[in-house]
Amino acid sequence: EALVLNDPDFQHEDLNFLSRSQRYEQAIRKSALMVMKLREYGIADPEEIYWFKSFVHRGRPEPLDLHLGMFLPTLLTQATPEQQDRFFMPAWNLEIIGTYAQTEMGHGTHLRGLETTATYDPATQEFILNSPTVTSIKWWPGGLGKTSNHAIVLAQLYTQGQCKGLHAFIVPIRQLGTHEPLPGITVGDIGPKFGYDEMDNGYLKMDNFRIPRENMLMKYAQVEPDGTYVKPLSDKLTYGTMVFIRSLIVGDSAHSLSRACTIAIRYSAVRHQSELKPGEPEPQILDYQTQQYKLFPLLATAYAFHFVGAYIKDTYRRISGDIDEGDLSELPELHALTAGLKAFTSWTANAGIEECRMACENTVMMLQTARFLVKSYTQVSSGQQVTGMVSYLNDLPRQRIQPQQVAARSVTVRINDPLSLVEAYKARAARLVEAAAKNLQTELNHRKSKEDAWNRTSVDLVRASEAHCHYVIVKLFAAKLSEISNAAVRAVLTELCLLYALYGIIKNTGDFLQAGILTDAQITQVYQRVKELLAVIRPNAVALVDSFDFHDVHLGSVLGRYDGNVYENMFEWAKKSPLNQKEVHESFHKHLKPMQAKL
Amino acid sequence: MALPETSKYSQGSVFNGVNPDLASERQTASFSVEKLTAWLDGGAEHTRIRRAVVEAIESDPVFSRENQYFQSQNERYEAAVRKAVHLQIKMREMGWTENGPESKYIYRALSGDFAFLLHRVFMRSIVVLGSDKQIAKWIPLATQYRVIGSYAQTELGHGTYLQGLETTAVFDITTQEFILNTPTISAMKWWPGDMGRSATHTVVFAQLYIHGKCYGVHPFIVQIRSLQDHSLCPGITAGDIGPKMSFEHTDNGYLMLQKVHVPRENMLNKFCEVQPDGTYVTRGTEKINYFPMTTVRISIISDEVIIPLMKACTIAIRYSVVRRQSKLNPGEQEAKILDYQTQQEKLLPQLAAAYAFHFINNYLQEQLDRGYKEVQRKNFDTLPELHACSSGFKAMVTQYCTSAVEVCLRACGGHGYSLLSGLPSLYTKILASCIYEGENTILLLQTARFLIKCFMAASAGQPIPPSVTYLAAVKPGKCPAKSKLDFLNPDIYIEAYQHTAVRLISSTAAKLQDIIQSGVKKYDAWNQCTVQLVQAAKAHCHYISVENFAETVEKLETKPAIQKIMKHLCDLFALHGIFSNAGLFLHDGYLSGAQMDMVTASYLDLLAVIRKDAVPLVDAFDFTDKSLNSALGSYDGQAYQRLYEWAQKSPTNKQISPAYEKYLKPLLHNTLSKL
Repeated sequence: EALVLNDPDFQHEDLNFLSRSQRYEQAIRKSALMVMKLREYGIADPEEIYWFKSFVHRGRPEPLDLHLGMFLPTLLTQATPEQQDRFFMPAWNLEIIGTYAQTEMGHGTHLRGLETTATYDPATQEFILNSPTVTSIKWWPGGLGKTSNHAIVLAQLYTQGQCKGLHAFIVPIRQLGTHEPLPGITVGDIGPKFGYDEMDNGYLKMDNFRIPRENMLMKYAQVEPDGTYVKPLSDKLTYGTMVFIRSLIVGDSAHSLSRACTIAIRYSAVRHQSELKPGEPEPQILDYQTQQYKLFPLLATAYAFHFVGAYIKDTYRRISGDIDEGDLSELPELHALTAGLKAFTSWTANAGIEECRMACENTVMMLQTARFLVKSYTQVSSGQQVTGMVSYLNDLPRQRIQPQQVAARSVTVRINDPLSLVEAYKARAARLVEAAAKNLQTELNHRKSKEDAWNRTSVDLVRASEAHCHYVIVKLFAAKLSEISNAAVRAVLTELCLLYALYGIIKNTGDFLQAGILTDAQITQVYQRVKELLAVIRPNAVALVDSFDFHDVHLGSVLGRYDGNVYENMFEWAKKSPLNQKEVHESFHKHLKPMQAKL
Repeated sequence: MALPETSKYSQGSVFNGVNPDLASERQTASFSVEKLTAWLDGGAEHTRIRRAVVEAIESDPVFSRENQYFQSQNERYEAAVRKAVHLQIKMREMGWTENGPESKYIYRALSGDFAFLLHRVFMRSIVVLGSDKQIAKWIPLATQYRVIGSYAQTELGHGTYLQGLETTAVFDITTQEFILNTPTISAMKWWPGDMGRSATHTVVFAQLYIHGKCYGVHPFIVQIRSLQDHSLCPGITAGDIGPKMSFEHTDNGYLMLQKVHVPRENMLNKFCEVQPDGTYVTRGTEKINYFPMTTVRISIISDEVIIPLMKACTIAIRYSVVRRQSKLNPGEQEAKILDYQTQQEKLLPQLAAAYAFHFINNYLQEQLDRGYKEVQRKNFDTLPELHACSSGFKAMVTQYCTSAVEVCLRACGGHGYSLLSGLPSLYTKILASCIYEGENTILLLQTARFLIKCFMAASAGQPIPPSVTYLAAVKPGKCPAKSKLDFLNPDIYIEAYQHTAVRLISSTAAKLQDIIQSGVKKYDAWNQCTVQLVQAAKAHCHYISVENFAETVEKLETKPAIQKIMKHLCDLFALHGIFSNAGLFLHDGYLSGAQMDMVTASYLDLLAVIRKDAVPLVDAFDFTDKSLNSALGSYDGQAYQRLYEWAQKSPTNKQISPAYEKYLKPLLHNTLSKL
């Protein structure tokens, strides 16, 4: 951290005043420098690279993200040793800068719908890459617009007249040396977006563009010189990279939310407004119950997501070890879990931004989780046991034997006990999974098409997935508490955990009431308890965001400064606005004055 | 029928015809789009005038928004000033006047991207708060743009709470002037639009001091820039506050006053005056200072909130029938995403809300007109109700619509995130509306204060204003619905909303009493109840919205086809509210768990019904392609071609990137160390 902050090459200019082109240029400048410095300091550990990166770019995306985050890892996991020899070192040395081109203008998460084709021509031993329609233009990949000279392109493989599904190809797109697009390649920037100004998200159109046979990534599936297709072991592997990206997004959501909380809570401690008591000075707005109610549940959420992010990263690391050894048994649960958690956390953290990097869509993710849940439920119904995070479904058949299962459960919830609240969330998830599965069954009995039935139940299914993810998060948060040895830290995090869980109940009272997990009286207590917790957490609020330990330049916020000198700095900052560069703006002479003369 | 409409809406389109996926949606409309449009406008004559205004403005290249998404803050500001100036010429040319029937459509046609909005607030505040003499002096000057006005209330450290303002105006008997001063950095005026670069004058709100005694906040007309060369007047520091999340075209400004002298006549004095000897005279009530805010609040609901939501719905729904994704049934082509239940459940409730709030806006407008007439007759009795009403609805509608636009944005997946979709700019604009002209939580608490007061009065048998009479008729009990069809009966759901609102208000009132009786000071007790008070105020506004929608539908009996589809939307709006706030309705057992399942079933059934009319329902909002300015939402549905074509216009594609020569090339050629 200090390495970056003290390095004059990375000094901060105010991004808010730069145009998109300037922002892109600055990002490129810093990325280029960053790579050099990484080599210079000999930093190679992925975690360290991540931290270094996040300080160079102050948490902003950069054009080389996809090169480092997707292009290189895909080479490592899907290229043959021969291909690695050819591409990896040049890519590592940045002679090749690559991106990952999956999403098309008309097609997102549904991989099988992609239209780009790669047709094998045995005569020349080449693949012919083609974008047959407007909707098949590759759209969104980061770094594609202006930066990259290669792309890993996902396309439908045709050989010997047959479609063999999606495969990955290494496609050179710009001339080495001049950086001009190659003949047959149309490539450019997709224009301004909602944020992510420094990223040159791009489009790519290929007109019968030829690449050698050896440019198909062939570690798993292969096309032989005569065009014979050799199948891979498991097609689930294509999802591997996506799972990895999603797990990063979960962590990113926690990170963005922590920053937002830091800014909002520090500012709320500095800002004074109105009066609570007649005659007294205006109080800090953080003393208002309504302000606490807005911010503290988010603070609790930031902590909860932080723990979830750590959990997923660990699980991913563990499972990917198994995958390398050919054990794919845990991949479905991981895929389902990362899909749901990615959607849940980015929804909640309102960081819906990241999803666009992949143009994946949260509802689709939730339904992927739902598919897994329904499958697990069906397994349980047929007498099999399920394992992992869904093992609570194993209890469902037993509960059904008891006639008054619902009423029997309700009294046991203790609203001051995190573990008891985990049980409440578990019961809600179980009920909603069961209800969705049953509704699905009813629909299936009524109509021929399985797909129609699925569609007509999808609102229920999304609710079930949300409840499942919510349960997982509360569970992980509560489990974390026992690992904390410092009593004071444990006490404050227990309060946060309770707030997170109880606030979730308030936001979903209907679910808990309708299932009889909690009574009306308990809901009233929950409301009361949440308000008490706000007052309890209030004295620690600033300390809790200080613990996130964001440096001021990383926050990039006038309001969230560590020293709280908000107003002075806002004034200083405003004076730098481009509109203030001249005392009298030129539009006065151009427009205002002539108008006053005319009217 | 498709052909003439295409040419009417999509002038200048380079693409051939309407995308068949969108055309087919228009074949099956259950009602006449043209008739619905006319009804929404308040009659066919209004529709004609509106289209004429839109046509006149959009055909004029000065008003073009074509490059808006690629422009910098400086360029946006300059374009906004150019448009505002050109508008004056245009209005003369067309014979439009400020008070004519055309004026309300001009703003819609320009989509807000022009300067001098605060100039209108400046004029409005003089008309409402100024004496006849002041009106006679300033209004002609302002009308001819001899002066350009702004409205400076908010300070760096102080917002909605007027009494907290720090700027002072001290009356100096010897010179017969007020001396205005900014005593601290947090007292600096901050945010007023048009003030950073454009305004020559502004209405400054400051604490009035006479002979050392403070008389509270009053409005003063202060000149800030020279009328000759536009340089800042002595004692004035002013400038632009820098980039914001939206409103790039507006020069929101800061203003610091150092012993600035203004003549005694510059205090707006319709309701209170400082006489030459320093005597302070009031005529009327201090509450009148809030009246300009009330009118501004109501006007932004329509212009800044409901229209953006209608546009967002138009874009998202049209795109959702053009976009195909995954397969519903194996072997078929990929399905339109609007055929997915989850997509319907995202978008159709937002569409219903757009209609609900359009009707609430009519209701508020009527209330305001009535209130304004009373104020003119110096009767201030209706002000508390009007103020409570405008505050609550401003908060509820802006909050609801902001989430709704965000839902639309996310429902378009990645392409919604591109500025070219038009959705991000609608979202950032509407998000600002939650904050300016009164922060929403504070506004809801003002409404809550009014509701609690009325509830107490009703309990004591005193008369209460018309919009809250339901508080007097508290009926405990249970919802009588027996089947899911019962929940399509407005009486059933209106009563459920009424019951919930009353329950929340009465239980909070009771709790407030309890806390006070236990010895806690009144203001502490209030702060301990604020979370629930906010909830109660929202429930009240939600209830009025549902009831008003149902009443609007009832009045439609001469137009059966429109009435039918409006009834569906009304049902959807109401049931969506119950579905999303189930706990509030289940809490005291008013609805049972079984009834909640009926609500859900009816609610999901409605989605499939309204799905068929979704495109005609957004077509009826009658936005031209130019006004939507969206690559995804155009009338002809050629979303992908347009997106590709617009992206190629991006300045980033026109030049060879300087970053390549400077940084990438050395990087690629591994000569970085020489940098």
